[in-house]
Amino acid sequence: MAQKENLTNGPAASAVLASGVGSLALGLFTTMAEANAAIKNALNLYNPVGPLSGKTTVAVVIWLVAWAAFHGLWKNEQVNFTKLFTATLIMIALGLLGTFPLFYDLFSG
Amino acid sequence: MTLTEREFWTVIHGMVLGATFLLAFSGGLAGLWSLRSEWVTGSGVPERLHRLIAGTWIMAVLAWLTVIIGTYVVYPWYRANPPAGADLTQFPRSYLLANPHLAEWHKFGMEWKEHVAWLSPILATAVAYVVLRYGTKLAHDAKIRQALIVLFTIAFVAAGVAGLFGAFINKVAPIH
Repeated sequence: MAQKENLTNGPAASAVLASGVGSLALGLFTTMAEANAAIKNALNLYNPVGPLSGKTTVAVVIWLVAWAAFHGLWKNEQVNFTKLFTATLIMIALGLLGTFPLFYDLFSG
Repeated sequence: MTLTEREFWTVIHGMVLGATFLLAFSGGLAGLWSLRSEWVTGSGVPERLHRLIAGTWIMAVLAWLTVIIGTYVVYPWYRANPPAGADLTQFPRSYLLANPHLAEWHKFGMEWKEHVAWLSPILATAVAYVVLRYGTKLAHDAKIRQALIVLFTIAFVAAGVAGLFGAFINKVAPIH
């Protein structure tokens, strides 16, 4: 319990911000795959699933790497949570936009 | 009263795992919303917290299982290419695309569903981790608690969009 009493907001900020990074990565790779056939083919990691396998795998890997990196930086730090959460919401919004067909179809090659 | 193997996994994906995640959301949201020091007594916080930790982790696991089974078990059946002359009703994606008045179910509905659903487990896992890591401290930290409520709600909306389109598409072009 004493450990939790002394807990800074860094670990929470790391988890929250990384979820935004993962969301943004998913939107970005979804749109990039639509815009570029070479990227689409490269993301086809498992043929029965097609490029979706690569888009989601890469997004999950980026999310986990970002989480580990932010956690390493801020595990004992008190950070500006409001600012980081705002950045998270912007990244999630961009991620949602990037996964929206009417948006990524604009880049369809 | 029998199900084919494909129908069985479609039911597991949508009606068991996905639907349980969506149904559990209100409980998790109420738990997060009410976990505040001014509303709950000192002895009441740990009691609520145990349920909240269990609930958020179960939801995160459900979200992961839903998208993994959906993507790697059910989706390959949906998107399989039919051989020449095949009955397209056995190949949902091709069936939808072959019918101009149904094609948008794939081009918009399935395309959005298959991507947006993956936001849900990422966000739900972040929420579950913070609830476990911070425990009773969450009752005293409104900023973090409010952030979790927002992420949790976005996870629910993403899963809801995916679930809604999944239900409609499986009605229009079922996987047999």
